[in-house]
Amino acid sequence: MSEPAPSTGPSVFAPWNDPAERPLIQFQNVTKRFGDFTAIDNLTVDIYAREFFALLGPSGCGKTTLMRMLAGFETPTEGYILLDGSDIGSVPPNRRAVNMMFQSYALFPHLTVSENIAFGLKRDKLPKDQIAARVDEMLRLVQLQKFAGRKPHQISGGQRQRVALARSLAKAPKLLLLDEPLGALDKKLRTDTQFELMEIQETTGTTFVIVTHDQEEAMTVASRVAVMDHGKMVQVDTPDRIYETPNSVYVADFIGDVNLVEGTASAHHRDGKIEIHWAEGKPPIVGTPMQPIADGTRCTFAIRPEKVHISKEHPEGKSNIMQGKIIDIAYLGNISTYHVQIPTGEIFKAQTANTRRIERRKFTWDDEVWLWWSETAGVVLTG
Amino acid sequence: MNPRKALLILVPYMWLLALFLVPFVIVLKISLSDVELAIPPYTPTLDISAGWAGLKDFLSQLDFENYVWLTQDDLYWKAYLSSLQIAVVSTFLTLLVGFPIAYGMANAPDEWRPTLMMLVILPFWTSFLIRVYAWMGILSNEGFLNQFLLWTGLISEPLTILNTNTAVYIGIVYTYLPFMILPIYSTLEKLDGSLLEAAEDLGCTRTTAFWLVTLPLSRPGVIAGCFLVFIPALGEFVIPSLLGGSDTLMIGKVLWEEFFSNRDWPVASAVAVVLLALLIIPIVLFQRQQERQQEAEK
Repeated sequence: MSEPAPSTGPSVFAPWNDPAERPLIQFQNVTKRFGDFTAIDNLTVDIYAREFFALLGPSGCGKTTLMRMLAGFETPTEGYILLDGSDIGSVPPNRRAVNMMFQSYALFPHLTVSENIAFGLKRDKLPKDQIAARVDEMLRLVQLQKFAGRKPHQISGGQRQRVALARSLAKAPKLLLLDEPLGALDKKLRTDTQFELMEIQETTGTTFVIVTHDQEEAMTVASRVAVMDHGKMVQVDTPDRIYETPNSVYVADFIGDVNLVEGTASAHHRDGKIEIHWAEGKPPIVGTPMQPIADGTRCTFAIRPEKVHISKEHPEGKSNIMQGKIIDIAYLGNISTYHVQIPTGEIFKAQTANTRRIERRKFTWDDEVWLWWSETAGVVLTG
Repeated sequence: MNPRKALLILVPYMWLLALFLVPFVIVLKISLSDVELAIPPYTPTLDISAGWAGLKDFLSQLDFENYVWLTQDDLYWKAYLSSLQIAVVSTFLTLLVGFPIAYGMANAPDEWRPTLMMLVILPFWTSFLIRVYAWMGILSNEGFLNQFLLWTGLISEPLTILNTNTAVYIGIVYTYLPFMILPIYSTLEKLDGSLLEAAEDLGCTRTTAFWLVTLPLSRPGVIAGCFLVFIPALGEFVIPSLLGGSDTLMIGKVLWEEFFSNRDWPVASAVAVVLLALLIIPIVLFQRQQERQQEAEK
């Protein structure tokens, strides 16, 4: 696709907020069953052009089925999938302007790197010089010019991944599907490749839909993340909103680390905040619900460990204060997570950045510490 | 090299020495001898007690007369050529029959595969000779095939199949089919299904995906299968002598006649040595192909 990259104006790329924008892909009440098993359950979602859309979820949540339906390898049992406004439910994979990068890369072992990239172009019966020019362009894009004549078994895993990407981009699809594209790479290479993917997505202006079970990867590359569970999209939102304002315990727990406290809500004295009574004889937690909650509702208070402050002295003038004892420390280099047990037995996780060298660390095992967080730091979930 | 490794390697070499090299040297020696009405029916024989002079005398009596004879009588090269032709054609026919069977097996549901595999191997459980005799019963003028065809009304008088080259082809294809199916099946079964999906995704129909992906990737199995059929078919003796006619000329048959009808062991040995030399070429090619494949799979 030779469209220019999205303009870097002051406006943020958020076509899903623009009611005038027409989605590239529309799932309309799509259900997919395999025998008794419902892989996709009445799912409706819009994906917009130039989006980098991530499908995130545990294995068996239906994300791969969703992708295979987009590629044309599965047809929906019920509902419609529209690409550019027209139903593609019955269009076979070889007639769709959709290409896929396979998890195993699926490079043809009997063809060279450039023959692999040219494979799709040759099927379109393009003239030879055009194919050669396009293959060249793709090799340059993924920086593999030197390896054009090699067979897949003669190059490294990272290079194979790039050949697979180049091959799937060669036909300039409207939509590129990536099935766990970085799963086979080691961590360092994966991080580098994530940024490369984003860059390529931006320069080609192609819409990417990526399937992954790695939440960090989804958060890094995607413009929007769909968290899936049991064939449903639990939440579809930008990475920051998924992280900061999850709409359910499932999402809060799936993405990142979180402290969860169950309790009963009651109205608080000021600005819509509520009190959560979570343990007999404990001061209630004050939190901000996303939507009004009736008194007496069972709810879960969720707070991220990095929003929990930890100190040796009693914090003055703060709300949500708790005292406890450090029972475990997870040192991760850049950050440390403290597991603090409060007298009633619950364990809270608090995270601090290690801005100082470890010898000067303030806390150690069995230290009595105070925890506190602000009234807006956590979220109140009812789902 | 440590002694343990040496010992391990020694075993196959001893095997080769005892069961291939020693018999071969004996046959080679006989092929250089002259026929004689005696036991054994050739001369000279090595007399070790005569010492060095005896060995010299023995060697001086060996000559290439029999090989020269092979080139003079056109029976032999015609037999070689005809064997080659029958082996090539029947290998090709076996491939034509075997590939679809292997393809079907590889694409069958997982729970069916062991059963299908059993069915392919099952004929080996009965004697090879009995199976060839069974074919005589099927193909003869009054055989089951002709009876069936007459009954259906497709033909009005029985076809002569038995004792022709057609019967030999049928016999070879039938006998060696498993050797073609199994290697092809094993390559097709290993074939990554996502490769075919990738081909479809890139614009292939199912048929073009088969030609562009399945077929080239099954090549190692096809080559292995062809060699496994071609090599034994070239020297085949039982099938042409039981199913073939008097005009079916195969080197295995000629060999048998030289040994047992003419009792000309030296010429028969010469025929055998030349046959081996002819077979070594495809065997070396086969070995090299296997090595290359192993390298590619690394």
